[in-house]
Amino acid sequence: MRARVFVMPKPEVLDPQGKAVARSLHALGFTEVADARVGKLIELELAGVDREQARERTRAMCQKLLANGVIEDFSFEIEE
Amino acid sequence: MRWGVVTFPGSNDDRDTLWAIEQVLCEPAVRLWHKDTDLQGVDVVVLPGGFSYGDYLRCGAMARFSPVMEKVVEFAAAGGLVWGICNGFQVLCEAGLLPGALVRNRDRRFVCAPAYVRVEETDTPFTHLCRRGEVLRIPIKHGEGCYVLDPATLERLERNRQVILRYVDANGRVTPEANPNGSMGNIAGIVNEQRNVFGLMPHPEHAVEKWMGSDDGLKLFQSVVASFRNVRSADQTAVAPGH
Repeated sequence: MRARVFVMPKPEVLDPQGKAVARSLHALGFTEVADARVGKLIELELAGVDREQARERTRAMCQKLLANGVIEDFSFEIEE
Repeated sequence: MRWGVVTFPGSNDDRDTLWAIEQVLCEPAVRLWHKDTDLQGVDVVVLPGGFSYGDYLRCGAMARFSPVMEKVVEFAAAGGLVWGICNGFQVLCEAGLLPGALVRNRDRRFVCAPAYVRVEETDTPFTHLCRRGEVLRIPIKHGEGCYVLDPATLERLERNRQVILRYVDANGRVTPEANPNGSMGNIAGIVNEQRNVFGLMPHPEHAVEKWMGSDDGLKLFQSVVASFRNVRSADQTAVAPGH
């Protein structure tokens, strides 16, 4: 079982990295880029859990360590 | 007064902090290791600057779960003085001992420069030898020092007078130019509601002697000692009639 966790800066939190990426893309001629935000992808290999447990445990991991609720939102997908 | 300075793997201002306490302030200090589960009876715990656990995931995110932090959280809850400098401030926010979070500087660059900060409140153990509105010159050096929090918590922080230091210009004015990292409200340092936990991004331990360019940081260390002695003598006065 594999969990793919996406951690993104909250929309209201300034993301200077995303701004820099958007500016660079503009400079390269990709003028359709209206905005960019940079987050993290965390892949977890999970052993000995079923899909439902994997979901529950991954959510707990996000809340406890992987994301900081003050500044970040998280989402995840579970793959067999 | 007995000081404790915590070393996490990746801390790098622990020795400077110990030097400021032992050599300049001339107070006894204990070296605490991140795996320690005993604070050895210290009266104040300092979480120093650096890059604890390599700043992996988020600054302070890993350090928060170290064994020593469990004790620091208990110590703070019991009213003990806890002081986080730079990375220590980040750890305190991650641990939930202080509100908000510290994110990448507005200009994406690591800043290493002298900064001016204005003392907003003096009724804390960390600033009570300062004057209200006094401007201190203390260096900053960080990549993630932009203090952010949600508007409702920010309002509560201001209302409770928990903002202790603000970035200002040399004349003590809060301006956008004087804000080195984009922090909300030019905030450089805050305390918790009980006023026994203090976090700040500037490095007072790097400003404790004239040759360092400034000794303004020493006032914060001296405040802690003086407030501790005041509390002690008040306690003794209180029991005196019984003698």
